[in-house]
Amino acid sequence: MKLPPGVSQQDFAAAVKDFRDVVGAEWVFDSEEDVNLYRDAYTPFWQEEEELVASAAVAPDTVEQVQEIVRIANRRRLPIYPISTGRNLGYGGSAPTLSGSVVLDLKRMNRVLEVDERNASILVEPGVSYFEAYKHLQAAGSKLWLDVPDPGWGSLIGNAMDRGGGYTMPMYRNHFEAHCGMEVVLANGETMRTGMGAMPGCKSWQQYKTGFGPSVDGLFSQSNFGICTKMGFWLMPQPEAYLSATVSVPKYNDLIPLIDTLNFLENSAITNGMPFLGAPLTNPGLMPGDEVRRPPAAELMELLATPGGPSDAQLEKLARDKGMGMWACRLQYYGPPEVIRAQWAYSRKKFEAIPGATFSEPELLEMPLTPEQIAKVHKVVFGVPNLDIFFIGARSETVPQPSDGHIWFSPIIPRTGEEVLRAQRVINQAAVELGLPGVPFPAVGTYWIRSFMFLYGFPIIKDVATNKKNRESFRKLITIAAENGWGEYRTAPAYQGDIMATYSFNNHALLRFHETLKDAVDPNGIISPGRYGIWPKHLREGRRKP
Amino acid sequence: MMRILGFAMAGLLLTGAGSAWAAGELEAQGREVFAHWCEPCHGDGPTFPGTTALRAKYEGKIEPVLSKRGDLTPDFIKINVRKGVSVMPFFRKTEISDQDLEALAAYLTRQ
Repeated sequence: MKLPPGVSQQDFAAAVKDFRDVVGAEWVFDSEEDVNLYRDAYTPFWQEEEELVASAAVAPDTVEQVQEIVRIANRRRLPIYPISTGRNLGYGGSAPTLSGSVVLDLKRMNRVLEVDERNASILVEPGVSYFEAYKHLQAAGSKLWLDVPDPGWGSLIGNAMDRGGGYTMPMYRNHFEAHCGMEVVLANGETMRTGMGAMPGCKSWQQYKTGFGPSVDGLFSQSNFGICTKMGFWLMPQPEAYLSATVSVPKYNDLIPLIDTLNFLENSAITNGMPFLGAPLTNPGLMPGDEVRRPPAAELMELLATPGGPSDAQLEKLARDKGMGMWACRLQYYGPPEVIRAQWAYSRKKFEAIPGATFSEPELLEMPLTPEQIAKVHKVVFGVPNLDIFFIGARSETVPQPSDGHIWFSPIIPRTGEEVLRAQRVINQAAVELGLPGVPFPAVGTYWIRSFMFLYGFPIIKDVATNKKNRESFRKLITIAAENGWGEYRTAPAYQGDIMATYSFNNHALLRFHETLKDAVDPNGIISPGRYGIWPKHLREGRRKP
Repeated sequence: MMRILGFAMAGLLLTGAGSAWAAGELEAQGREVFAHWCEPCHGDGPTFPGTTALRAKYEGKIEPVLSKRGDLTPDFIKINVRKGVSVMPFFRKTEISDQDLEALAAYLTRQ
């Protein structure tokens, strides 16, 4: 068992005994067998000395127990690492950022505290998963939709705190921005409520985000300044209908006006669902991840294998020969049928300015969907939690050699066609030079309005040499991306320090500000040391990346 | 003597019925555990990644839908839940408790 630096066996044992007194022996885990269940199943350090592992875990059931655990940890200077459902796979899972930390497992705190049907909000504890919240809403006959990320077993709070995203309307699919009010246990054991929750008896905690004075909610996301024990979210009223239609454009450089038009339509809220953007040659239906389910056509593979790669004209010709656009964008709309038909008609008119643009017939679905319909649709677009995304990496006809997990390299890039194509060229060249699979077409994440993410997946294999090589490659990509002004939005603990180091304006002024805050609000450095590159004073030396 | 034996027999029958009832309860709990934790990946249909993976792995020789398998053993189930397989992670005891796991094993190994 690994103890955290500076903590004696005696202090550790005393803390574990105190934890048992607080939560009951059943909910303190310190046997090797139980602690192993807190390993990160997708760690890039599997079977290596550097793997981040816990020393024990404690699972409280109430806020008061969390407070007591924090006080004990403070007395013993013992680092604790809160997790919500611990399903942050690909971003660290349930393992701590500092080996030897005690995982504070909040899964048992899984109560839906309030659903406000009239104002479309929900208040939950950290252990509530999307599956559980969905079940709760369904059982109550609610007409409210959740916005769900790909794997439905994640926590609403955990995903928001890690700044994850979903698939419905922009104001809901950025999960942190969709929150409204939180309760936090601070490192001294006090509870604090943000926004309107700071006013005793206030009834608008889930209705007005910023309250009065400095708005501090953002400080608790991707950080280690407190432990969130309650959080409110705005939910989407079930729309009357949903419409989807695709615009295709014929030329390689048509990506530029395609994105400019899309930006205008999204920023004007004329298209209000998540747009899917891509090359139909690799993914005819523009369904996220379909390129993994269905391998590209043989002609495309041949073309991509030509020395020096295909020219723009060759790709355009192949797309034309196959009756496809070079690029396409699938637009989605939520609302009353007559309204979304009009929104699509207007969108179509704007895209018609691109010579040669073609359009699919719009498909309209009335809500609510039947179970038979739900089984066939892209569930997350309709707020239905699921685990379908695990086809990435799971064995199938197109994936004969399954992986043991994955980690995403996903820098934020500007939302222009020029920059998407530049990112594709730069990252493709880097990938080829690093001996990684190339990127013949950009994989663009459209979760956020105003920016794109460039997505590149690294498989995790339980093989030390492969993981070592992939870690070096990942770090190289971080550097190359930063040189081009592209910064990661979120990452696994293995790379959090590397990425924080790239946000270095004015001699790392932002990181130094984080550290000043950390020292002030958690002087003993007990909460999640090292999370997102923020180390407490006593562990900081030598940790900061240049 | 016969009467005593008769009572004893009745006791055995009652115990047997109680065991069957308890087993039914355990299986019902296991069915819930399966529905919550396993079915979203191992359901019966074309979009479930776990089922797709087992279909590809077994190449039609073994039933890929776990709830339709008749040859699983409790130990096999417990090892996979606590150790994980490929992209399927392992599950903590705050998610699937030891008792839940017993129930899950009873459900998946029911006759």
